[in-house]
Amino acid sequence: MLLVEQTRQGDMAAYEKLVKQYDRQVFRIANHIVQNREDAEDVVQDAFLKAYQKLDQFQGNSKFYTWLVRIAVNEALMRLRKRRTGRMVSIDEDVETEEGSMPRDLADWSPDPEAMYGQSEMGDILRKTIQGLPPGFRVVFVLRDVEGLSTEETAETLGLSIPAVKSRLLRARLQLRERLSRYFKRGQGRQAQAQVGAK
Amino acid sequence: MTCTEFLAQLDDMLDQDAAIPLRADLQEHLRECEHCEITLNTTRKTIQIYRSHELYELPDDLRERLHNAILAKCRNC
Ligand SMILES: [Zn+2]
Repeated sequence: MLLVEQTRQGDMAAYEKLVKQYDRQVFRIANHIVQNREDAEDVVQDAFLKAYQKLDQFQGNSKFYTWLVRIAVNEALMRLRKRRTGRMVSIDEDVETEEGSMPRDLADWSPDPEAMYGQSEMGDILRKTIQGLPPGFRVVFVLRDVEGLSTEETAETLGLSIPAVKSRLLRARLQLRERLSRYFKRGQGRQAQAQVGAK
Repeated sequence: MTCTEFLAQLDDMLDQDAAIPLRADLQEHLRECEHCEITLNTTRKTIQIYRSHELYELPDDLRERLHNAILAKCRNC
């Protein structure tokens, strides 16, 4: 909070510290939403610029980080909308799907799925899998489970009710689980690796 | 307890510390239902895997470029 106060008084070094403190998180969230490196870079720049310009409006009753994340998420959704011109993109999009409400693929996973794939393959699998979720599920999962925001903070950040966050989070978790099962099933391995490049 | 009733509690089970023992009725269902046990364990694993992998690393050179661009824009606004 001290850094915010110092920035307000014109101390750019203080703002640089804030940028350094949160840039990785903002970059990660932006990438998860826009799924495109250049757009994510723009989102990071625009979000920190907007936060700087609007710092007077920051109330201090929420954390600076969640306030910043809200700005970044809005910027990212706007980019996504711009790129898919003619198509509305909101966090409400595509969430009416029934997929993942009930687990289907119930094969157990191998005891150590992470040992089945190399680091970069694993990265490809995880990115590909989460990219397949509707944006409205993806963003809830990322904020809540990857970035560790509380349910309340996630709700506030996205302008959703707490029950809406909870139901999306559960569906997102179950859908990801279902999709990852394809790769991590017991007895799976080399033959699943061939699919990594394919689908 | 049915599987549907069990799954309705899945959220709470995932959000609670894995070291804390589950409620007795949930534990009992888990003992006799392999499906729910797999669902709970693999969903927990899903979250843990996503948490422990950095999927979008910010390389140092790009980081520096972004910092410079951000600060320049802020100074000029
Ligand atoms: Zn069951």
